[in-house]
Amino acid sequence: MAQPADARLQLEAVRLTALYGRRAVVKDVSILFPAHTVTAVIGPSGCGKSTFLRCLNRMHELSDGGWVTGSVLLDGADVYDAGVDPVQLRRRIGMVFQRPTPFPTMTIYDNVAAGLRVNGGRSRADMDLAVERALRQAALWDEVKDRLRKSALDLSGGQQQRLCIARALAPQPEVLLLDEPTASLDPAGTQRIEELCHELKRRYTIVIVTHNLQQAGRVSDYTAFFYVGDLVEVGRTEQLFTKPAKEQTEAYITGRFG
Amino acid sequence: MTTLVAVLSFTAVLALVLILGYLVAKGASSLDWSFFVKNPVPAGQTGGGVANAIIGTVIIVGLAALIGLPIGIGTGLYLAEYGSGRFGWTVRFVADVMNGTPSIVVGIFAWTWLVRPMGHFSALAGSVALAVLMVPMIARTTEEMVRLVPHSLREAALALGYPRWRTSLRIIARTALAGILTGCLVGVARIAGETAPLLFTALGNLNFTTSIMQPMQTLSLQIFTYGTGPFEEWHRLAWAAALVLMGLVLVLALAARWALRSRHGAAR
Repeated sequence: MAQPADARLQLEAVRLTALYGRRAVVKDVSILFPAHTVTAVIGPSGCGKSTFLRCLNRMHELSDGGWVTGSVLLDGADVYDAGVDPVQLRRRIGMVFQRPTPFPTMTIYDNVAAGLRVNGGRSRADMDLAVERALRQAALWDEVKDRLRKSALDLSGGQQQRLCIARALAPQPEVLLLDEPTASLDPAGTQRIEELCHELKRRYTIVIVTHNLQQAGRVSDYTAFFYVGDLVEVGRTEQLFTKPAKEQTEAYITGRFG
Repeated sequence: MTTLVAVLSFTAVLALVLILGYLVAKGASSLDWSFFVKNPVPAGQTGGGVANAIIGTVIIVGLAALIGLPIGIGTGLYLAEYGSGRFGWTVRFVADVMNGTPSIVVGIFAWTWLVRPMGHFSALAGSVALAVLMVPMIARTTEEMVRLVPHSLREAALALGYPRWRTSLRIIARTALAGILTGCLVGVARIAGETAPLLFTALGNLNFTTSIMQPMQTLSLQIFTYGTGPFEEWHRLAWAAALVLMGLVLVLALAARWALRSRHGAAR
């Protein structure tokens, strides 16, 4: 690891299995996400990579019939322990989805502040600072600073997605989960988000699910390849892309299937 | 095919235009200031107005909305957010059945449970009857509107650490607000013209009253009484009252449209 270990930001899945009813869609996956790194999760559609991501912040259990065995360790503590409140946990692990999801009834400012307000008790000035900081981190501040009171729906798709990133960052989470964040964006918007990943890993640990192998190559330090619910291989990105250990991985990254 | 549906829709519009036109033709001449501010005069005399009925309509419908809207909206929210189980199914079924119940049956219900125990007719009983009519309507439209909110918004809020109830109220209900509001206005407009459930609850009253424990006049009851009465003067007033009631419903319908549009305007 290039960066000094920062245990607070370290995330680890241990023998994690995710199920819908009796059907396992993620099977016995163990994987470490070191602090201050970007890990890309790749694999063909339906391989369970999104479900896996949603287990990390306990979103999977909100789906109909969704449940989990195994554990996810954040800062060494199992997030599935009985004493952990999933609502509190989700404030420590931010998440951004495939399509931009700004709250349509809220202004740009209120969207970013939403996650802070739910935590309660902040002065006006504190809130202003936190919103500005989050928008700067998401590289959106310069574009919206003059229209913070405008509807979030006035923004372009790419801006909306960065707004969602700002919204996720505002409560200062430890980990950021990105679920195909550029799937609905144009190349320029995609590039902004990818640059952002490089910036953000200085403060956060990032897990990004992507369909796009080039993107995985560009943004990530580590890459994990999933296939029908199994974690086939995980390793440093350049290694996995140049000298994959498994036949299946090679077949996928060379485009023979998927 | 296009011609056929065009003719059919023309027929629908024609009926509406004829009714409105006839109302205006028969009623407009009687509309003057005293019609709105004066109470009825004894039978046989000319002049007088329907001030008591206008105020009565506002009170009875307002009270019905006060009782019915919170229950209806709450039920709709529950059905949309938590109503996937057996209880939800039952509530939905009951609401659908009640939506189809003839309003006079609801009137009998209110008479049995309110008028008889209280020993006299009252505006309150009328309001309750109207509220009972309104609740299933509001509940179902609220549910539909809330269900229209994309699932992704709910997930976004939950992923941000919103508790479930707060997601429902702050994000989902707020996003659906324009639709819910429209449903409420349409619901109120519909019950504003109801007559049958008021016949043996609010009963009607030729005098002015604001006491909800007393029998009270409404425009719809006034139209019924005057329209079926023996005097030419009464018929004239009935037409005018019908026009006023129609105007009232029209205003509510327009308000509903306006609420929906201004909301969409702000959101786009």
